[in-house]
Amino acid sequence: MAEEKKLKLSNTVLPSESMKVVAESMGIAQIQEETCQLLTDEVSYRIKEIAQDALKFMHMGKRQKLTTSDIDYALKLKNVEPLYGFHAQEFIPFRFASGGGRELYFYEEKEVDLSDIINTPLPRVPLDVCLKAHWLSIEGCQPAIPENPPPAPKEQQKAEATEPLKSTKPGQEEDGPLKGKGQGATPADGKGKEKKAPPLLEGAPLRLKPRSIHELSVEQQLYYKEITEACVGSCEAKRAEALQSIATDPGLYQMLPRFSTFISEGVRVNVVQNNLALLIYLMRMVKALMDNPTLYLEKYVHELIPAVMTCIVSRQLCLRPDVDNHWALRDFAARLVAQICKHFSTTTNNIQSRITKTFTKSWVDEKTPWTTRYGSIAGLAELGHDVIKTLILPRLQQEGERIRGVLDGPVLSNIDRIGADHVQSLLLKHCAPVLAKLRPPPDNQDAYRAEFGSLGPLLCSHVVKARAQAALQAQQVNRTTLTITQVLSLSTSAPGSGSTTTSPVTTTVPSVQPIVKLVSTATTTPPSTAPSGPGSVQKYIVVSLPPTGEGKGGPTSHPSPAPPPSSAPSPLGSSTLCGGKQEAGDSPPPAPGTPKANGSQPPGSGSPQPAP
Amino acid sequence: DAALATVGGASSSAGGDGGTPKPSVAVSAVAPAGAAPVPAAAPDAGAPHDRQTLLAVLQFLRQSNLREAEEALRREARLLEEAVAGSGAPGEADGAGGEAASVLLSRVTASVPGPAAPDPPGTGPSGPAAVSGSATGPAAPGKVGSVAVEDQPDVSAVLSAYNQQGDPTMYEEYYSGLKHFIECSLDCHRAELSQLFYPLFVHMYLELVYNQHENEAKSFFEKFHGDQECYYQDDLRVLSSLTKKEHMKGNETMLDFRTSKFVLRISRDSYQLLKRHLQEKQNNQIWNIVQEHLYIDIFDGMPRSKQQIDAMVGSLAGEAKREANKSKVFFGLLKEPEIEVPLDDEDEEGENEEGKPKKKKPRKDSIGSKSKKQDPNAPPQNRIPLPELKDSDKLDKIMNMKETTKRVRLGPDCLPSICFYTFLNAYQGLTAVDVTDDSSLIAGGFADSTVRVWSVTPKKLRSVKQAADLSLIDKESDDVLERIMDEKTASELKILYGHSGPVYGASFSPDRNYLLSSSEDGTVRLWSLQTFTCLVGYKGHNYPVWDTQFSPYGYYFVSGGHDRVARLWATDHYQPLRIFAGHLADVNCTRFHPNSNYVATGSADRTVRLWDVLNGNCVRIFTGHKGPIHSLTFSPNGRFLATGATDGRVLLWDIGHGLMVGELKGHTDTVCSLRFSRDGEILASGSMDNTVRLWDAVKAFEDLETDDFTTATGHINLPENSQELLLGTYMTKSTPVVHLHFTRRNLVLAAGAYSPQ
Repeated sequence: MAEEKKLKLSNTVLPSESMKVVAESMGIAQIQEETCQLLTDEVSYRIKEIAQDALKFMHMGKRQKLTTSDIDYALKLKNVEPLYGFHAQEFIPFRFASGGGRELYFYEEKEVDLSDIINTPLPRVPLDVCLKAHWLSIEGCQPAIPENPPPAPKEQQKAEATEPLKSTKPGQEEDGPLKGKGQGATPADGKGKEKKAPPLLEGAPLRLKPRSIHELSVEQQLYYKEITEACVGSCEAKRAEALQSIATDPGLYQMLPRFSTFISEGVRVNVVQNNLALLIYLMRMVKALMDNPTLYLEKYVHELIPAVMTCIVSRQLCLRPDVDNHWALRDFAARLVAQICKHFSTTTNNIQSRITKTFTKSWVDEKTPWTTRYGSIAGLAELGHDVIKTLILPRLQQEGERIRGVLDGPVLSNIDRIGADHVQSLLLKHCAPVLAKLRPPPDNQDAYRAEFGSLGPLLCSHVVKARAQAALQAQQVNRTTLTITQVLSLSTSAPGSGSTTTSPVTTTVPSVQPIVKLVSTATTTPPSTAPSGPGSVQKYIVVSLPPTGEGKGGPTSHPSPAPPPSSAPSPLGSSTLCGGKQEAGDSPPPAPGTPKANGSQPPGSGSPQPAP
Repeated sequence: DAALATVGGASSSAGGDGGTPKPSVAVSAVAPAGAAPVPAAAPDAGAPHDRQTLLAVLQFLRQSNLREAEEALRREARLLEEAVAGSGAPGEADGAGGEAASVLLSRVTASVPGPAAPDPPGTGPSGPAAVSGSATGPAAPGKVGSVAVEDQPDVSAVLSAYNQQGDPTMYEEYYSGLKHFIECSLDCHRAELSQLFYPLFVHMYLELVYNQHENEAKSFFEKFHGDQECYYQDDLRVLSSLTKKEHMKGNETMLDFRTSKFVLRISRDSYQLLKRHLQEKQNNQIWNIVQEHLYIDIFDGMPRSKQQIDAMVGSLAGEAKREANKSKVFFGLLKEPEIEVPLDDEDEEGENEEGKPKKKKPRKDSIGSKSKKQDPNAPPQNRIPLPELKDSDKLDKIMNMKETTKRVRLGPDCLPSICFYTFLNAYQGLTAVDVTDDSSLIAGGFADSTVRVWSVTPKKLRSVKQAADLSLIDKESDDVLERIMDEKTASELKILYGHSGPVYGASFSPDRNYLLSSSEDGTVRLWSLQTFTCLVGYKGHNYPVWDTQFSPYGYYFVSGGHDRVARLWATDHYQPLRIFAGHLADVNCTRFHPNSNYVATGSADRTVRLWDVLNGNCVRIFTGHKGPIHSLTFSPNGRFLATGATDGRVLLWDIGHGLMVGELKGHTDTVCSLRFSRDGEILASGSMDNTVRLWDAVKAFEDLETDDFTTATGHINLPENSQELLLGTYMTKSTPVVHLHFTRRNLVLAAGAYSPQ
């Protein structure tokens, strides 16, 4: 309780130079050192006094943060005129500058162009205060609804994962609600899900973990069943809802091991059966899981990575490789892997380097089929510009020769042709923007040919296009920032009030970033597929309507794998980027859906998802 | 005795002088600077000291051109001198006789409202004359040596005690010598004597500063501040910034140390040990401080353990003296008025009957009979005049009883459901919330000076029609109450504008016709919920008013604020009826006892005080919190009090015995709200750490040790583990829990504003 703690109080005093500076600004040039000293003592004391009073106002205002108004009220207590002009700043952005041996903190006042202010549309009127009721607890049990925080915060899940022996302290969060009524999880399950991890869990056979049974409540079992069925079922609307639930619901951590196993097993089975549609559905589940901010996924990454990798590099993913668009699945899965790397790669697990190695190995191998080759390149390319620069660009010439050999040479098989064609456009798509950045502007066909061999001329024209696009993008920056602010206000304005399952915390985080990405997507993609940039942006701002549009994609029962794969990746690419919440309001970009549906489109020009 | 009486008079007139036409601006300028009561002089030093302060006061009055007051005081002073000459010391004897003392005190306190009425001086942050009058209360009447209002020029008189100084370079040696002695003493004494460290440290430091040994003071502070208990950190921070004599003048915390004696409770053995040591060492410096600035409350018996001490210390001025908690408190509930509960089919009839101004009926109903017999601990029914029940009140009581029959019996196995009202988009800051007893209305006070009232039932809020329209209404018709309402104004939310600063307190009247709000602008406002307009602005506190609450019977209300006093008001008086002065820092929260005879206040000086509404006396001082107190609640049976502070702990008190009976640990931040369930089985606490916690109140109060020894000495042994009392913890989503309320059926309503990170 009152354990003897050594406290450390230091008596900070303003430097006397500050007094000099102030005096100078008042027009008093010469001020004695002694006077400065006296002044600093006095001023420091008064400042502290006011700060202590201001704290009082903060406490009474039920806040954790001291605001400028607290200072004002404290000044008022002392019968001092408050400082005007410091209102409504979330924080006071003091800038630091040093030079000439002097260090200075100052308050930066930016010059604002009036015409800018006049021309920007007015911000939305802030919403008025309103009251919203929800159940914090029902007979001692906290319902897992979006208004309540996730049952087990991420930190706790992590603690359980890493240190199972000392998780769940008595009397802590877990204990309270569970004690009252044995609803759902038994008290044991805090540690229980530890058990679920299959034997492949790397490491420590020596360490004994407490053995306990992992049970799901009846409700959870029903939920799991519904969700998994919807995810792989035929109804696209249901699927969208299910995926949204996975991506946003806060209480899924107990079911996470099941989902993980479901996905990895599903991929294993369906790769063998070449069931492209199902593989796509499973990948979308992975994406949704990754998007859920309340899940601590690290423990299951080892199960998910092989599944996702399989979908990238597998030799065959569909029944009719010449017609089906398995390329989109590879692209999508490649993006997933990139996302996994970004989130989970650390210096200890080396996920990224291991993955990179795998890709390079299969790419370098001469006998690798075109499909796998495509996957490897896509996987590498998604890992970012640096990877492209170091691993892909040096091999462009070699790869170009190989492609030419297939395209120009005697017709061996149609499948190879298509494959080579896809690899070529993939390389062009990814390398062009990188080259545009690396090389100085004058793009010379010959120089490119000299450097990159047969791919040179094509690359050159792509780079030129990329440059044009970058310029275009720069123009649209204004617009993008605008939309972002709109989205921000929208998402924060109704925290917890979301009629859908949006929740205060989850809304703000994912919906902001994705929109940014999305906008850039729209602007960088050639206008052939998506409508114009701003148009598509507008569409995604209408956040809340969930599934409708997607339903069009695959109304038929199943195999017609054409619609799902084609409609999948692009809405996937975008919608999942958008935090899974915003399914395209109406008609998800129809462009990709239609050309593929007939299946006859030549793959070369088609490759309808150039989404970066 | 006579001496005391006259002192009371003198103080009142001294306080009253400020009321003479003097621009209030000037007063408020003076007041914060140094208006402070002179310390209660030690009984034996009484007479000469009195004269000195009196002279100082007279001098001040002359300077300020307050002739009348000066005259009055002079007259009183002469009386005083005679009285002193006449009766001298016997007047201070502790056993002055309860009767006499209470007579005197009633005079002291009765005079309090007088000077406060014309006001301003009473609003000085350090409290007016009444401060020590009621602070020490009936508990220690003998100690009230003199009372006076001091002013800035004479602050030196207040500080004069610091004049005698030893060699400044020796202070460190003195202190470390004592430290060495205490650390080497026997274990059983060490804990008790360790209590000396902090007050000695403070006073030695202040002495050094006062005598302008800046460097010595600095090094003294540097060297020893680390030894002090962590809960004094806030005060130490204030002290550390105090490095100059000039600073001492305006510093309130410093004045608190000077003007109130730090109270220590030490067993006789330990005290003897200390005394012997100090005499042996000839350590006069420390001995002087002990004599002058500390009040050592010596008890016979075993020294207390470290734990026992830790539980009780922590307040700004040490523990409460034992006598302070000895007076009788009528903590029982008042007899409920007998209202016959009409059977359901008689509903109409019952209403009609009550439509006439008729007295209560002798008939009884089984539901209401529970509270019919008089509680032995209850105050006399008419101890405080209470407003008569109106017909609508009776109806409400009937409703209440009906609801009671549907109430959920709570317990560890049957936890209440919690419904959380989140204030969304409250970017301006939600500062206060209240819910009506029948849970139909919610009021929110905001930092943008507005008060907003929501109806949470389908019944919309409507205001009464304009006067012109009202005159058209047939007053005889049955539904006249319905007709006077203006349908056009129906809405779920009404906004009340009027304050000019954040609204820190809000309270509905029990009949739901009024709403009180208190604000930073120094006023308490009474709003009508019929017209949604402001009816009265009660001015008195001049400084931010932190809290206000209606009496459970209506009519009275209490407010407390930055000026360190709590005031009792009646809605129809624009001046306070009582001023409860005694706290050494802001009064953060105020609550009425369920029987309306007492008011509890929680303060930033880390004490909780219980005041008698009848005579304004302080009847209980509870110490033990380690941070400013921000929430209070009485148990429904009136026996217990629960308090929550910034340190995140909730303490439980037995009012009758004046003892701490429990400590609930779990919260990690300020406890903003506390509430007992309707039957008192569950205590709910809400905090800034975004949790609501439920505690088993039955178990907490069950195994009370109330044997004679404990009661006599006040030494308590708290159960080690409060975790087993914790029934549930419910996290909210970054929403501090500002208010809690149990509906009549025992559903918990919690409220707070969502604050996005």
